[in-house]
Parts: sequence; structure tokens; C-alpha cells
Amino acid sequence: MSDIPASLAHALRLVTGGDPALWGIVALSLQVSVASALFACALGLPLGGLVAACRFPGRRGVIVLLNALLGLPSVVVGLVVYLLLSRAGPLGELGILFTPAAIVVAQSILVLPVVAALARQFVEDAWDEYREQLTSLGVSAVRAVPTLLWDLRYSLLTVVMLGFGRAASEVGAVMIVGGNIDGVTRVMTTAIALETSKGDLPLALGLGVVLITVVLALNAAAYALREWSARRHG
Amino acid sequence: MAEGFFPLEVRGLGVTLGGHAAIVNAELAIDGSKRVVVLGANGAGKSVLLRLLHGLIAPTAGTILWAGATERPRAQAMVFQRPVMLRRGAAANVEYALHVNGVHGEEGRRRAAEAIERVGLAHLAERQARVLSGGEQQRLALARAWALRPRLIFLDEPTSSLDPAAATEVERIVGEIHAAGTAIVMTTHNLGFARRMADEVVFLHQGRIAEQTPAETLFHSPRSAEAAQFLKGELPWNGSPRTSPG
Repeated sequence: MSDIPASLAHALRLVTGGDPALWGIVALSLQVSVASALFACALGLPLGGLVAACRFPGRRGVIVLLNALLGLPSVVVGLVVYLLLSRAGPLGELGILFTPAAIVVAQSILVLPVVAALARQFVEDAWDEYREQLTSLGVSAVRAVPTLLWDLRYSLLTVVMLGFGRAASEVGAVMIVGGNIDGVTRVMTTAIALETSKGDLPLALGLGVVLITVVLALNAAAYALREWSARRHG
Repeated sequence: MAEGFFPLEVRGLGVTLGGHAAIVNAELAIDGSKRVVVLGANGAGKSVLLRLLHGLIAPTAGTILWAGATERPRAQAMVFQRPVMLRRGAAANVEYALHVNGVHGEEGRRRAAEAIERVGLAHLAERQARVLSGGEQQRLALARAWALRPRLIFLDEPTSSLDPAAATEVERIVGEIHAAGTAIVMTTHNLGFARRMADEVVFLHQGRIAEQTPAETLFHSPRSAEAAQFLKGELPWNGSPRTSPG
């Protein structure tokens, strides 16, 4: 246990000293997590909005499914994506297994239900408030979705941040489809797992510090933006 | 005008909401020339009637005819008791309403500015709509409705949640909108508002139209016992008209 303070000090030196190995892993992590969050939001926000505002047969089933998918086991997602992208799989020809693209696919699948389910809740609450006014103006439920998403944009930042946090903290699926290849698919979480198992605590701790700092900073920024919006827009 | 509008006729209209008959066998005719006030106590069904006419609620019985046709013409707008504003500027809210109704770009901006000017909010055009006061938001809602150049505007309790000064301003604007040629149908439970604003009154009691009569007649010699008791402040909100003692 006495190693921990020394390891932490070493970790901080790695972070502040601009260690290229560490910052390379950080950069790749941010790239794949941002890409995953963006893909998931591009699909999940409109999907959540449509489920919230529109009435169609099977809507309740879709809501139950979305909520159930929040608890999607990540290693199972990793396994399914692995099977799809493996050479013998239906998407094997893409040749992206053990590349950052595979990580983005797996993370997007994991983040999508988070974004869609939370967006549905936000939009449904807003739709209760807006429905009569927008309907009176001649706006259909489908057409109201982009209006609602735009009007809720600052609140939905929370959803985007949660999506990013879910992607950035993923280990199991990323390990399976990325392979944790040094310099290619090694991201913060998989590197932390590997370095810890090897006993190299400084690098693991350094990455942990960066990971937590990034997530905290982004959430703080989103919170500040929401507060500013509440004051400005009412 | 291409689409038929008036007379607006209601025949045997009814709706049941949550197991409760909110409107029962309503018969009504509106020619569009007079300011019509739907008057009644809280819970009488005024707002429901307006929503039925505006197409926000589907009736469970009866028909609504617009110049003899069942298809609801689009050139109508509604202003709610508590208008919902989008999280954008005041002018942008009016421009949005115009945009979704096919008026875009420079024309939309021009019409929005004109409507905002007419309700006296030009100096607040760029202010965020949701931070405006209740009275300003109601005037903005009137501008949003007016900008669409409707032939008919429904107003649901337009001054109920406003202070006297804001209410007076809203009444002035409503009068101006009507004078400019737009038909007005509004609800209220406020006798003062009804006396000032109504040319014709539809008195509603427990979901039934007790009478439709010129305002002058209603306030001096109401035909229905319910309206007479309401005017005297004796109409119980959930009961039948009281019988005279003795």
C-alpha cells in the first residue's frame, strides 16, 4: 500500500510531463468516445423524440425495450459485434475488427439506448407542455420533434455527456472488439486494466486521473451551460 | 377568401373526457361579425368547447360545420390562458409560427416585426420570450396568432392570469384585432371582461349551452335561470340552479 503515494506522484509527473505514450492513449480514447457519442446522439435523440411525441402501435413495447437496453451487458455487445465483424461474420468484409472503428461501433451500440431513453423522457415532458400550442400552429408530432430537441438543447447536453461518459468508461466490449493493441486500439480503460494487471500503477493511475478529469470537466461545462441557458432563456 | 369559413355551426356536439360528459348536445351558430364570449363558471366546459371548435379535441358526438363543410379551415389561431413560448427570442417565436405555416425568410421577418409592433412589443423583439412578463407573453401570443392573418382567433381566458394593467392592454389589442376584421371567440368566467368585450354571449353551464344571446340581452334580461343566477353570483359551480326561497 505504501507504493500508492509514490505511484500517484509518478502518475502526476507522467500527466504533467506530457508523456507521449500516455497522451497517445488519451487522444485515441477521446476520439473514439466522441465519435461514439456523436453517432449515438445522431440516432438516439431523434429516436427518443419520435417515441416521445408520436403515438403508434407498439409504442409501449419500444419504450420498455429502450429502458431494458439501458442495462445491456457490454461484454455481450462486444461479443455480438466481434461475431459480426470477424472474418467469417456478415460484416467481416469491412475488415475493421481490432481497429478504432470497431470500438466506435461497439460503443455506439452501448450508448444509443442511454441517449434514446433519456431523450424520450425529456421530450415527453416537454411535449406535454408544448403539444396544444404546436398543434394549434399546425405542427404535427413528427415535425414537432426537431423543434422540441432544439428547444431542449441545453437540457439534452446532460444526455450527450452521459453518453460520452458511458462510452469513455467502457472496458469489456472495447477489449473484445479492439483487442487492446498498443498504439492502435489501446484506450484509457483497457490500458488501465492492463497496466494494473502488470503492476504498473503509475501509468494506470495517470490514465485514471486523466479519465476522471476529462469526464468531470465536460460535465462541469455542460452544467455551466445549462445554468447559463436557464438564466438567459427562462 | 378561397376556403369557406362562416357561418360556424355546431350541431349536437358532445365530448366525454375521462368518463365525464364535458360538453353535451351543444348547438351554436357564429357568423363571425361579432365578438363572441363563451361565459360560464369554472368547470362549465368553456375551454373544452374552444378546443373542440379549434380541432384540438375530437368530438364524440355531433358535427362542426364551417360554411356548411365539415373540413376545418386552417386560417384560424388560438391563444391559450398560459401561452407556451419557445426558448428563443420574441420575434423568433412569431417567425417560427409563420415558418411552419409556409411564410419564410424576409416576408416572415417583416410580418413578425409588424405583428410585434402592433401589440406594442417592438422594443422587446429580441428579448428571450420566456423571460417576458405574463402580460408581455400574452401580447406576444396575440402577435403570434395575428401574424398568421387568421379569419378567426380563439382566446381561452386571455386575461385570467394577468394584472389589471396587462389585462386592459390585452383587451385593447383584442379589440383592435377584431376591428381589423378578424372574428373573435373567447372564454371567460369574469363578468367584467364579458361586459366589456362581448357583442354576443354563449352561456355554458355544466357542459350545456344554456343560451346564446346578444350581450345586452344577457346582462339585462337573461333567458336562462342558470345565467340569471350566475349574474347574481348565486350559481353553484357544481350544482343545479338554486330555487328561490319561499
